[in-house]
Amino acid sequence: MLVPTALLFLPLLAGVLINGLLGAKLPKWLSATLGCAAMGASFLGALTVLPFVRAGNVGDQVLWTWMAAGDFTVDIALKFDNLSCVMALIVTGVSFLIHIYSAGYMSHEDQRGLSRFYTYLNLFVFSMLVLVLGNNFALMFVGWEGVGLGSYLLIGFWYDRERKEGDTTFPAAAAKKAFIVNRIGDFGFLIAILLMITTFGTLQFDAIFANAAGVAGGPALLWGQPVLWWITALLFVGAMGKSAQIPLYVWLPDAMQGPTPVSALIHAATMVTAGVYMVARSNVLYTLAGTGHSIVAPIGIITALFAATMALTSFDFKAILAYSTVSQLGYMFVGVGLGAYGAGVAHLMTHAFFKGLLFLTAGSVLHAMRDVGDIRRMGGLARKMPITFITFTVAALAIAGFPFLSGFFSKDAILLAAYQQSQPIFWIGAVTAGLTAFYTFRLLAIAFLGKPRDQELYDGAHESPAIMTLPLVVLAVLSATAGAVLGMHENGMFYRALAGVLNMEHHPGAATMTPMFISVAFGLVGMLGGLLVYRGKSADQLDRPNALLALPRAKWHIDELYNAAIVRPIEVVSRTVLWQLVDKWIIDGIVNVSAAGVYTLAGVARNVQTGVVQTYAALILAGAIVLLFMKALY
Amino acid sequence: MSDFAFCLAVSAALFTLGVVGVVVKRNAIVVFMCIELMLNGANLSFVTFARQHGQVDGQIFVFFVMAIAAAEVAIGLAIIVTVFRNRASINVDDVTMLRR
Repeated sequence: MLVPTALLFLPLLAGVLINGLLGAKLPKWLSATLGCAAMGASFLGALTVLPFVRAGNVGDQVLWTWMAAGDFTVDIALKFDNLSCVMALIVTGVSFLIHIYSAGYMSHEDQRGLSRFYTYLNLFVFSMLVLVLGNNFALMFVGWEGVGLGSYLLIGFWYDRERKEGDTTFPAAAAKKAFIVNRIGDFGFLIAILLMITTFGTLQFDAIFANAAGVAGGPALLWGQPVLWWITALLFVGAMGKSAQIPLYVWLPDAMQGPTPVSALIHAATMVTAGVYMVARSNVLYTLAGTGHSIVAPIGIITALFAATMALTSFDFKAILAYSTVSQLGYMFVGVGLGAYGAGVAHLMTHAFFKGLLFLTAGSVLHAMRDVGDIRRMGGLARKMPITFITFTVAALAIAGFPFLSGFFSKDAILLAAYQQSQPIFWIGAVTAGLTAFYTFRLLAIAFLGKPRDQELYDGAHESPAIMTLPLVVLAVLSATAGAVLGMHENGMFYRALAGVLNMEHHPGAATMTPMFISVAFGLVGMLGGLLVYRGKSADQLDRPNALLALPRAKWHIDELYNAAIVRPIEVVSRTVLWQLVDKWIIDGIVNVSAAGVYTLAGVARNVQTGVVQTYAALILAGAIVLLFMKALY
Repeated sequence: MSDFAFCLAVSAALFTLGVVGVVVKRNAIVVFMCIELMLNGANLSFVTFARQHGQVDGQIFVFFVMAIAAAEVAIGLAIIVTVFRNRASINVDDVTMLRR
């Protein structure tokens, strides 16, 4: 297993080092090739792991001991099983396509920018692999922070850009927001890790999961909840941050300030699914603690519906997709929360394909529209960009749950679990499925169909080069067929493969087709509705104020609420108490007093230095006499 | 009082005279002479202890001290002459340039 491991990690590390250190001196084509080749080698590594794992050759690979303190040790060790292998394949596969796509999309960057971009991308994928392949929570946390850093660097890639007309944010601010909001979640994760150390004395997955049952019925730790409840709840706080769930979702829409391939890779396909992966990986804990039903699934379903309302009303191509991502992540959490871990992971995978594809088509459109993302200025693009249009349609059908495309299988597995366990969650989920179809086809109808709304932009639009459309086609094929080919139906190959890792005992009720028919019906109504309502509408008609849509269009004023309730108070307290009082008086005071004390003492000591040699001689004499007396006394 | 004790007492007296002279005198030449006095006080101790222990080491040390003292005189007097040329004074209180 050492060879695939080296193949997984080392090329990316080399890519980071070479592009990061020498990037400015390399020719442009070499930077891009290096980045893509490193990524390709890593993908190859993931592929070579697959046969081992499929042959039942699962287990941990300990590379070296990271830290040891008494009985507590943390290893740099990797876990190869069906779950981590699926994750590694998704991450490296989708990343590889997006690396290639970026070579076309970022071709207008200068050499420094391009090499920097590929350095960050490789660093991100490296961290993501650490996250999904680590065999303990500490290593997972390293990857967790690493992808946070990668995300920060890439959102703020155009850090010198100022606020654009009509935009609410700009890259540097968005990057900062993403990082800080993620830190809030990471704080929960960190406390959970500390709790696990005190409870289990180890951070290794297998050891914790093996001992979890013994801890499950323990005494209450705080607020009447046992320690396992707290561990899982705090882990989920981390997942809220990374996977953009209420209340920590606010950074994801702003993250669209980054280059579009970054949105596709990090903020749709890979990083944001880390929380789902973590809950699925810890499925033993969530099943025992019962927090899946009481916390994860409710928050997931509320997020799914809430974000869908904002996707429904936005006019920004990428913002719609961003809210859609938040909404779909909510779905995944419903799946893993209700114990349908396999369904959650399946949706994670299909979502990586079709949402990655949606974002890449968005990039293709932005490329053609000279970075104008406002769909009110688009229209009729289907004629100009046939490949982009067709692949977008495939992705739209997949996300809408059109029968036998990939989204259909994964979404229905989640809705089936909801139908069997909680009627409210099922009905909200079904409505959200309808909304998903509606806003996706609204986007399709406005941007690609009808007449051009901005003739000048329309005339300049063109299909993207082959290096960009090829990844689109590959992802479109995956989006369409992944569900059927990989066997994501009841008891299909996909679920059987994961059965060894994930708890699959989530079917209390009998298997039934009813939820599938309901959600497909909602989906079809949504698709037709989106097409019929928005087809051929002019920009003025779209702009017309609508009392019903005003609130979601203003993003429910959540950003303003957070600003007023959290950001502003912190700023005010920082400015008045922390700066003016603590910093200026207490901290500066300590510094000043110690400096003044030294100055005063030195003033006394300075009198000794007269410059008269005889004073010095007298002092030496006095010193010698003192020493002699001390010798005599002791 | 034995011979050794007497010699050591004289040595201590010479040394003390030298120290007091170095500390209190203002004339650089006199300070200089007092340093010689201290050296010779020390020399006398060397010789005394050498006799007392029947070893020749101390006596050899004395020659070294004398040689160093001669060299020191050469340099010291040269410094004093230079100071006098620059400042027209050999009062040690006037030579406080080390202060800054």
